[in-house]
Amino acid sequence: MNSSVIVFPGSNCDRDIAVALEKMQFKNQMVWHKETKLPKSDLIVVPGGFSYGDYLRSGAIAGKSLIINEVIKSANEGCLVLGICNGFQILTETGMLKGVLLRNKNLKFINKDVNIKVINNDTKFSNKYKNNQVLKINIAHNEGNYFTNPNHLKELNDENLIAFKYCDNNGIINKSSNPNGSLENIAGIFNSKKNILGMMPHPERMVDNLISNTDGVNLFSSLLN
Amino acid sequence: MKLILAKQPQLNLKKNKLKFSVTVTLKENVLDPQGKVVQNTLQNLGVENLKRIRQGKYFEIELNDNDPQKAEKKVDDMCKKLLANLIIEDYKVNKI
Repeated sequence: MNSSVIVFPGSNCDRDIAVALEKMQFKNQMVWHKETKLPKSDLIVVPGGFSYGDYLRSGAIAGKSLIINEVIKSANEGCLVLGICNGFQILTETGMLKGVLLRNKNLKFINKDVNIKVINNDTKFSNKYKNNQVLKINIAHNEGNYFTNPNHLKELNDENLIAFKYCDNNGIINKSSNPNGSLENIAGIFNSKKNILGMMPHPERMVDNLISNTDGVNLFSSLLN
Repeated sequence: MKLILAKQPQLNLKKNKLKFSVTVTLKENVLDPQGKVVQNTLQNLGVENLKRIRQGKYFEIELNDNDPQKAEKKVDDMCKKLLANLIIEDYKVNKI
């Protein structure tokens, strides 16, 4: 499977995701944001970091970069797109995913391993997980507080477009297991065609027991499935 | 001759005078934790009768255009395209 990782000035998880993809046998290429052509890709990853220093709003400037037009075009043709952390923020700024990521409710940058629950495993991104499976995945963000309008929230629920929700060790989803104030504890969502996934947690950081755990592996093996 | 020379710089000055301010704030129903913290801090400092504080962003935009209506439309487009995220933010354009 061919993958492309888009690199912006200020991206800092681009090499982590490249290592994870290569470990999972993806044929990966890095693509600088000023490029106007994408290499042939089955998967495009918009990585985490602080593109353009989070100027204006996180993801706002990167969301208007040259390569994004190509990403949108490919996504419309059915290519899989994964946005992680800042990548999720960028995808919402482009409108590829609806909603927005607001400042964390407690106004603090949160960097810790949290539990998330798999809500929909019937997608290209999550078929190797079980529904309601609890994963431990790292989050590291200042703006992860997902917000959207009531109509879209209804659509997310009715069409099963929520990928992951924050929960506690036992899988309980409530206010105290919500790290950032996100609507309904949402940690990741799909677009209506389910070929785009945006998520705040970092699955690429959870692919090796030497440094963390392997709870992120199945996201990548789902894609290969 | 003299009159023409005197008029030209004036025209140029006028041309460069189109200046706008844009204020971007969070919509009413969106939680503004920064505004809230600023409000709490001012209250702790003893400021009384503080009803509410909302924090926002301020831009000053100068244009080389000379048609005020077109220029205002341009600034409005800038807000929609980039300066404000209309899902959560409102904006106000003022000519200054």
